[in-house]
Amino acid sequence: MILEVQRLTRHFGGIKALDGVDLRLGRGELAGIIGPNGSGKTTLFNVITGIYRPDRGAVSLEGGEITGLPPDEISRRGVARTFQNIRLFRELTVVDNVRIAHHPHVRYGPAAALLRTGAFYREERRTREEAEEFLSIFSLRDRGKELAKNLPYGDQRKLEIARALASRPKILLLDEPAAGMNPSEVGTLMEFILRIRERFSLTVLLIEHQMRLVMGICERLVVMDFGQVIAHGRPAEIRKDPKVIAAYLGKRDDTTAKEGQA
Amino acid sequence: MTWLKNIAKAFLTPREDLSTVMFLSAREILNPYWVQIFQLACIVAISALGLNLIYGFTGLFSLGHAAFYGVGAYTAALLTKLYIGAYGDEAVFATGAIFVGSLLAGGVAAALLACLVGLPTLRLTSDYLGIATLGFGVIMKVLFDNADSFLPQLGGARGMTGIARLTGIAWAVAGLVAAILVIRNLVHSTYGRALVAIREDEVAAAAMGIDTFRYKLIGFTAGCAFAGVAGGLYAHLYTFLHPSTFDFLKSFDVLMIVVLGGLGNMTGTLVASFAWVFLLEGMRVALPPEYIEFRWVLIPLLLIVTMLVRPRGLFGVREFPFLRSRVYR
Repeated sequence: MILEVQRLTRHFGGIKALDGVDLRLGRGELAGIIGPNGSGKTTLFNVITGIYRPDRGAVSLEGGEITGLPPDEISRRGVARTFQNIRLFRELTVVDNVRIAHHPHVRYGPAAALLRTGAFYREERRTREEAEEFLSIFSLRDRGKELAKNLPYGDQRKLEIARALASRPKILLLDEPAAGMNPSEVGTLMEFILRIRERFSLTVLLIEHQMRLVMGICERLVVMDFGQVIAHGRPAEIRKDPKVIAAYLGKRDDTTAKEGQA
Repeated sequence: MTWLKNIAKAFLTPREDLSTVMFLSAREILNPYWVQIFQLACIVAISALGLNLIYGFTGLFSLGHAAFYGVGAYTAALLTKLYIGAYGDEAVFATGAIFVGSLLAGGVAAALLACLVGLPTLRLTSDYLGIATLGFGVIMKVLFDNADSFLPQLGGARGMTGIARLTGIAWAVAGLVAAILVIRNLVHSTYGRALVAIREDEVAAAAMGIDTFRYKLIGFTAGCAFAGVAGGLYAHLYTFLHPSTFDFLKSFDVLMIVVLGGLGNMTGTLVASFAWVFLLEGMRVALPPEYIEFRWVLIPLLLIVTMLVRPRGLFGVREFPFLRSRVYR
């Protein structure tokens, strides 16, 4: 198990955003989380990555507990993520966005930076070249000098994934990577996700509403509703699960049907 | 330091070989009064570069910059005063070293206080730092006003006198050059990028493995240290300190310079600092004495117009060539 989430609970006032969520992710797995809006998917990501502390429950990475650690520490231990509403460093260049992810691995101190020693120039060159390599995976290399905010929407999503990859994660969490993409863009994104998983031997967990992507590449699905996991299994099984269908489409209920007529 | 003195001397002496117009204007402009104003501009620029590091690069809203400037001024002034009081003219050769030491001590004092203010507030969002630094500014003003009750040398509300005039044009320029180099090299390194990342998106910066609290504290403390050093230079330029110079309202002056120059733009901060100081003094000369307070009508008007015409600061994202990142072309 690379990631293990046990009975995770988190309240916001009277709302139970997470209500005893269990999740286990094997090394190299590509799993998806689906569920209606407000079912707690992003909250789960936020608790795993340390943005929120859980009220109860535990998260462990490769057997070591990371519950309640600050987000930067969790990132350095190998969990990277993207955000539902893109969070780029908008006023930085594209290449510097990726270089930020190298920060914990840069091998020169503040004194070397102030004196501009040889080590400083070497490391700056190395991080730039590595950042450019990550960009070329996403065919963004030519746009390296542009400001991140000037990229078209689809490229911004790609840049966010490139930046997450550059932090050398063991596990990558993608929060709605295909949001706002057209069908052909979704197609390329699916290929990208498969390719980077292969190349960096990653474990990927993604939240997504676009069923084509979820059903197309995820090996396993977890379905959430009202802060609980209501189903999990292979995509083909999930598709037929009556609880899942009910969560998405609503149950046949005579009282509401009557109210609707009145 | 003699070569610097020579340069300064050459700068001060009217040049006979200049063309008549240049000669006249040179004579008119380069008198000791304007040279002093030039030094003040350098000092203000050092302080403003510090605030630009805090607000422009790291995105922390601080309203107490003048207080940190004052802490540096009083600390440095007290140290040289005690030293000269104790040794008189005997140790005059070491004065330069003592001066540098006291400037650094002023910077350290400001940095320590910045740490004290930052530790509890920087874990919260930026607004809280604004409120805390505003309060800190008021507290420090009260402290400066009553400083004579525990250290008579500080003068309290009557002002501190008897400070040696140690700041010269060479010191002011050297201080500014050092500040520019330090901040430029810091900003164009992985540490500077970490600060800017925090400004751009704190949540994303943390998700990239940056200890945001630590870097906010470093950015804030370093910026305040520059204010402290600038304060020390100021004290030894005018040889008189008064608490009203470090009133919290004065923090807005620096803030306006930084905003006018453009957040995170060093070129803008430099130009705006000089423009600010020379404009204020220039109007003192240009306006008839009874209208001198009209400066405070004209300056805000100018500010409004500039912000309308150039909302992102005087220079936008452009920098002087020596301030650009040379590493990435």
